[in-house]
Amino acid sequence: MSFQAPYTRRSFLNSTLLMASAAATLPSFLNSTALAMAESLGGLSALPGVPEGHVLVVLQLSGGNDGLNTVVPFGMREYYKRRPGIGIPEKEALKLSKADGLGLHPQLAPLNELYDDGLLNIVQGVGYPNPNRSHFKSMDIWHTADPTATGDGWLGRYFDSQCCGFGKGESGTPDATDLVAPEASAALGPPGIAIGRTAPLAMQGRLIKPVAFESPDLFRWSANDMHESLRNPYDAINRRGETPEVTAGSNASFLLRTALDAQVSSDLIRKAVEQRPGVAYPQSDVARQLSMVAQMIRAGLKTRVYYVNHGGFDTHAGQGGSQGNHGRLLNQFAAGLKAFYQDLKAQGNDGRVLTMCFSEFGRRVAQNASQGTDHGTAAPMFLLGPMVKPGVTGDHPSLTDLDDGDLKYKIDFRNVYAGVLEYWMKAESKPILDGTFRPTNFLRRT
Amino acid sequence: MPDRVRTKAASSKSAAGSLSPLASAGFGYPQARHLLWRAGFGGTPAQIQKLVDWGPEKSVDYLLEPDRVSYSDDSATKFDRDIMRPPSEEERLAYQRARKSQDEDEVAKFRLERQRRERDDRVQIAEMQKWWLKRMIETPRPLEEKMTLFWHGHFATNYRTIENSYHMFAQNAMFRRHALGNFGEMLFALIRDPAMLAYLDNNDSRKGKANENLAREIMELFALGVGHYTEADIKEGARALTGYTFKDDAFQFVQGNHDGGAKEILNRRGNFDGDDFVRIILEQRACAAFITRKLYSFFVSDVPSGERVAGDDIAPEQRAVLKELASEFLASKYGLKPVLRKLFLSDHFYSPRFTADQIKSPVQLVVGAVRSLNVPVRDLAILNDALDLMGQNIFLPPSVKGWEGGRSWINTSTLFVRQNILAFLIAGKKPQGYDATADTQKYDPKKLLTDLGSQSGVVQHPADVADYLLRLTLGHAPESAKAQLVAFLNAGGTSVSDDRLVGTLLLITAMPEYQLC
Repeated sequence: MSFQAPYTRRSFLNSTLLMASAAATLPSFLNSTALAMAESLGGLSALPGVPEGHVLVVLQLSGGNDGLNTVVPFGMREYYKRRPGIGIPEKEALKLSKADGLGLHPQLAPLNELYDDGLLNIVQGVGYPNPNRSHFKSMDIWHTADPTATGDGWLGRYFDSQCCGFGKGESGTPDATDLVAPEASAALGPPGIAIGRTAPLAMQGRLIKPVAFESPDLFRWSANDMHESLRNPYDAINRRGETPEVTAGSNASFLLRTALDAQVSSDLIRKAVEQRPGVAYPQSDVARQLSMVAQMIRAGLKTRVYYVNHGGFDTHAGQGGSQGNHGRLLNQFAAGLKAFYQDLKAQGNDGRVLTMCFSEFGRRVAQNASQGTDHGTAAPMFLLGPMVKPGVTGDHPSLTDLDDGDLKYKIDFRNVYAGVLEYWMKAESKPILDGTFRPTNFLRRT
Repeated sequence: MPDRVRTKAASSKSAAGSLSPLASAGFGYPQARHLLWRAGFGGTPAQIQKLVDWGPEKSVDYLLEPDRVSYSDDSATKFDRDIMRPPSEEERLAYQRARKSQDEDEVAKFRLERQRRERDDRVQIAEMQKWWLKRMIETPRPLEEKMTLFWHGHFATNYRTIENSYHMFAQNAMFRRHALGNFGEMLFALIRDPAMLAYLDNNDSRKGKANENLAREIMELFALGVGHYTEADIKEGARALTGYTFKDDAFQFVQGNHDGGAKEILNRRGNFDGDDFVRIILEQRACAAFITRKLYSFFVSDVPSGERVAGDDIAPEQRAVLKELASEFLASKYGLKPVLRKLFLSDHFYSPRFTADQIKSPVQLVVGAVRSLNVPVRDLAILNDALDLMGQNIFLPPSVKGWEGGRSWINTSTLFVRQNILAFLIAGKKPQGYDATADTQKYDPKKLLTDLGSQSGVVQHPADVADYLLRLTLGHAPESAKAQLVAFLNAGGTSVSDDRLVGTLLLITAMPEYQLC
């Protein structure tokens, strides 16, 4: 800071902006490798006041996953009437135990196994009022948890609220007790990591910004490969940390610290992902992403939220039934998730990781003329992990009581978010979701 | 506290004001460089020298009077204004009929057409992003563009919400028209701006069902700041703004939707309309204080947005400067040039504690790199993608609050993006995720060294080169890094080769300090 000032909210925000970058204890930190340190600290918590080690993985099915061909209501006659060409025949659907008339798409066999093992909760008919059928708008609505699709992301607000007292309303007065422990360095993993070119809106906070990379190769200086003579001076320059030349608390000192964090973070993440996964993953992009996440969890990163994306669900034409395009996507999804769960289990981390899957909307009840389906409304969500109540939450939406040919939603997705925040992340959901939503309780009683 | 350079002439001229003018003698290379970075996007050694030769008054006049420098581009005819033309009444009814009768084929046809147009419009907004980026890079009127960017962040409107690229373009032109003009006039234009009216839902606001969004944000974020109005003022302001909407691309006042009744706004009573609402706001001293604070944060150093914001713990000297700026702004009836002129010519502006301590926005980083290092532009689409990755997707600010700025630009992830986009500009190495070919345009960094006499074949001493380049790029030469650069240059042999020069620039632009200006 350029100015001598009493300790205030503002200087506090500045000094803890990247939590971590507040690390004042760099020498001791540098004495141990980040990995060893992560292990020695055990159940790390990236953010104060939240249960040790709980992790949320969000898997986004982009393009509008056809909920009706994912969780198939074969017990409803109307289903076959509306979908003569692409409906999943009753005999092929994988019947869900304790859920009469419902079955999974035959390509979801790996997911069915997770269900039978008591690891899956299916929340039915999730949507929101006045559904928007634009991919972009509806996705933004899910990401911001705001019907006007504006503002910061819901997970970003969660980060902000946990680290900086934001989202607690203007009366929120963060004090020293909210301070992030200085040893909780960003080098042990940023609070949120998204696999992908850009970080999703959901993770964008006002203060806390997520880290995003398609592959860990991108999380480094590209000119490193240009000439080897650059490597040493680059390292020396970027690992200086704070130097006596800069004023403590200045932007320059902040940048020097963040640059050092970036180097150590990059080493840590790349090393983590280079590990061979404990189980074999199928060949698909979503499986590759989930495998990266599993290896980062295994390496002990203190990251609280990971975000992966599985795209291609915009099946306007040639969607297929039991076989075909949609089935292929579902199979990649299910097989990837199964391997991911087995990997976590082998690591002993399965109990720490809740996985939540959603799509921006479902599709219309009736198929269209191109053997596909157009943008619709409500669809199921999936919650995976040994901590969830196994089974099905809520009722399947009616196929006869429709809104202009679209399903009427049964559960607002913000109730599910509230459940994740309240019961899993142990955060107060009201300020984060900017409203009171009764948390859906999909967790086992402990 | 840094030493303050003050000449007799300066102190006798100003009546003990905190914004006492800078003496001409105090305007050298570091000051000219600072002015170019803050009131523009940086400059080459030759441009910096030009300003030094001109002296402070002429330099500031040059920046503040863009109309004296001719510049135009093809934007007036470049973009299609009809892509998102609203459907006709006929089309709308036909669509409703199809939905009612569940004629899926017909419904799909409408959807496909709408989706096609939305796709085309997204292509067009991407073109507009590249256009504006290019304009910021090539304009000879840098302050005009910088102020346009300032207003875009201040009156933040997001394309994704309004889904009409032409309205964004028209708004951008409006910001440019008023960029260095009069804030009051801009506020009157703002309540007639289709993009803003759509973004803050005023197009749905009508008598009896006033939408408070626009009135609220004008008071809270655009003109007054928290603490200078009440919820009742917002409600009444919203009533005043009813009927302010647009048709196609033009503002429209719909008398039938306007609430012409009596209102009380900020202790004034009358049958106010939207213009009255703006006029009453402009009468508040809080308005002048709010805007000048924001300008100060943008050009000098980050200060809290309002006097009543918790944590307003700024130094007394700064407080005095802010007070004087607000008074100046009021005295000039919200003219922007007088207040900026005073600021850019003040001793305060050049105080060493403000130099090289502002975190460059992503736009500042990219545009500034091209303008100051003279690197090739290479590929606007890649540069624009990088802006997005660094958190500043122009035309798509994250919320009506605009970009948070400052340290929020920087985290471990964006730092690598920043280093890597500079590596692309300097050496042509595309960031990962693009095709593996490098951009082959060669960058000749020798030109930067003309002051060192490189054109005459004089052998360069590595220490001189490192020192010179650091002073150009950072404004100072931190020893902790300079030693590394000198060693790197020395390893290349007795004279400095082009390759080593490029390597040195790669290293400098990867320095944490390069993120500051």
